[in-house]
Amino acid sequence: MSLASDTLSSHGLTRRLLLALAAGAALILVVAALLFAGGYPVGRAFAALWSGSVGTWYAFTSATLVRAIPLLLTGGAVAIAFRAGVFNIGAEGQLLAGAAGAAAVALAAPGQGVLAGFSILLALVAAAAAGGAWAGIAALLRLRFGVLEVISTIMLNFVALYAVSYLVRGPLQEPTHAYPQTVAIAEALRLPRLPGAGRLHVGIVIAVALIVAAGWVLRRTASGFRVRVVGDNPAAASSAGEIDVAATTARAFLVSGALAGLAGGVELLGVTFALYENISPGYGYTAIAVALLGGLDPWRVLPAALLFAALQAGAGAMQRDAGVPASLVSMIEALVILAVIVLQAVRHRPMPASAPGAARDMLAGPPA
Amino acid sequence: MSDDVAPLLAATIRTAVPLGLAALGELLVERAGLINIGLEGAILAGAFGALVGASAAGVAAGFATSLAAGVLVAALFALCVIRLRTDQIITGTALTLLVMGATGTLYRTMFGSAGAALETPTSGVLAIPGLSALPVVGSALFAQPPVTYLAYLIAPALAWWLSRTHAGLALRAIGERPEAAAAAGIAVDRVRTLAILAGGALGGIAGGTLVLAQAGTFAEGMSAGRGFIAIAIVVLGRWTPWGVAGGALLFGAASALQYAFQAMGWRAPYQLFLVAPYLLTLAVLAGAVGRARAPDALGRPLEPR
Repeated sequence: MSLASDTLSSHGLTRRLLLALAAGAALILVVAALLFAGGYPVGRAFAALWSGSVGTWYAFTSATLVRAIPLLLTGGAVAIAFRAGVFNIGAEGQLLAGAAGAAAVALAAPGQGVLAGFSILLALVAAAAAGGAWAGIAALLRLRFGVLEVISTIMLNFVALYAVSYLVRGPLQEPTHAYPQTVAIAEALRLPRLPGAGRLHVGIVIAVALIVAAGWVLRRTASGFRVRVVGDNPAAASSAGEIDVAATTARAFLVSGALAGLAGGVELLGVTFALYENISPGYGYTAIAVALLGGLDPWRVLPAALLFAALQAGAGAMQRDAGVPASLVSMIEALVILAVIVLQAVRHRPMPASAPGAARDMLAGPPA
Repeated sequence: MSDDVAPLLAATIRTAVPLGLAALGELLVERAGLINIGLEGAILAGAFGALVGASAAGVAAGFATSLAAGVLVAALFALCVIRLRTDQIITGTALTLLVMGATGTLYRTMFGSAGAALETPTSGVLAIPGLSALPVVGSALFAQPPVTYLAYLIAPALAWWLSRTHAGLALRAIGERPEAAAAAGIAVDRVRTLAILAGGALGGIAGGTLVLAQAGTFAEGMSAGRGFIAIAIVVLGRWTPWGVAGGALLFGAASALQYAFQAMGWRAPYQLFLVAPYLLTLAVLAGAVGRARAPDALGRPLEPR
């Protein structure tokens, strides 16, 4: 799809860095304008945004980086799917499925001694499997029945939410039945925290490693190439490239779901320690903004996730210290997405309508 | 028996009306071959618009501003998707996010950060003489806020319009074969833009209904996924107005039954009722329940200008 970065080489790196700086400056101006229009103390709000996100070591590690972990994984998940031409809007549901899978394993698995490490690994595998399976339903529906994944993944988000709602009020509810959540998982099963980094846990290492690996696969390997070609032009991939479009699409969809599911598992084992309905404040939706800002390239998802994590962390501080509604951040995220797609649209000037149909079809990119 | 049925029916209608209005709007958009995920945003904008309009100048003004707010969001969608040819799905997602952020921020900025429930005037009940006196169904169906009757009227009107008018035919042609429609002289972009705006208007009124005929107040994020449910209803209704009306009633009934069974102390998980319509929608999509055929152009990128 045309939203992908124009070139994957490091060519034009300086130019892109300059662009990023200019975009950053524009973002700051827009936020300032919004704050000013709302009659909020602009200086104080920015100070809070800064100190609550990156201003102190504690804020950077415990607020920003902790939030960056699920955004990295779900952002990478969305990026991979979109690159393969799969509109996976279901990262949120896959995240919930992953969290539920991890919770089920972590609550049942042995939590003592040498087995604890094994149990953690098992819980994470369960999370990825559950997320992949959840995406697999939509993949199957698309490939077998031609169901638009946009609609099916939205439906599955709701199904996942109600399934978690059922689990935490039914089979997995804590024994007193007072709260709609599971008991907290055993201490030994929680992801270890990094020394000297507050609440930051090893999930950050897992997330960064996986996203770097995913970027490498997508850029440098044959299967990554197939994913990109299928996303850009499935007809050509099939006829000229002799690529199995269905299999490539399905694989990308499953990997995407597994990453999003892992985000849920890592969040459960590293942050919430229990399963409940609101375990995700919409990470799966913010992930779409993250993926787009990152040009659908996993490596560039890294800074994009960091930016949005910092914004969300700073928003809390902004609300506390300067009375600025935290929902302002949703607005900013939306404006970022709109800016990206509008700029993209303006840059790729559409063909005039008078061009012959065949020529337009050839040049227009993916037909369906 | 009738003592149990009437409130259940009333609860069904109550849930179904905003869903049905929004879904009929989305139906128009989808029959033109587009998907507007920003519908959720249009509903939420409509709800906020209703709050602003109604607290300033009463219920009627509230409905007018809710409609205007829905149209505004739809206009942004049309501007991006039709004019600039941005991706529909991403644009819709972004607009929903934008409205969530904007209404939340505006609400707290305009009405204080306490988030205290702000009461708006609400629409009175208009009992239809004769019909409302019918046994069992009378009060549930015909002693309703006027917007409910609007919903009753729109479904058949839309069915007639789609199947019996030239404009309706043009809209359907665009949804199936946009290139052929364009070649036949139909102004594809203009018709699609109008469909999007009409869809936004209905979405806005749906949001207005939540505030002005039901809650009597605004809450952040009060659309609560209804835009996405409406998209499910369009599928469930197999892209026809009557089907959509039935789908909305089904979702309404599921929600009403859920409360009824919870109140009765029924042991089975109430989530079953809430999740059933989504599963049914997926089944319909997969062709397991009858044959559903989406408009052909649905889900395809727009043809270049």
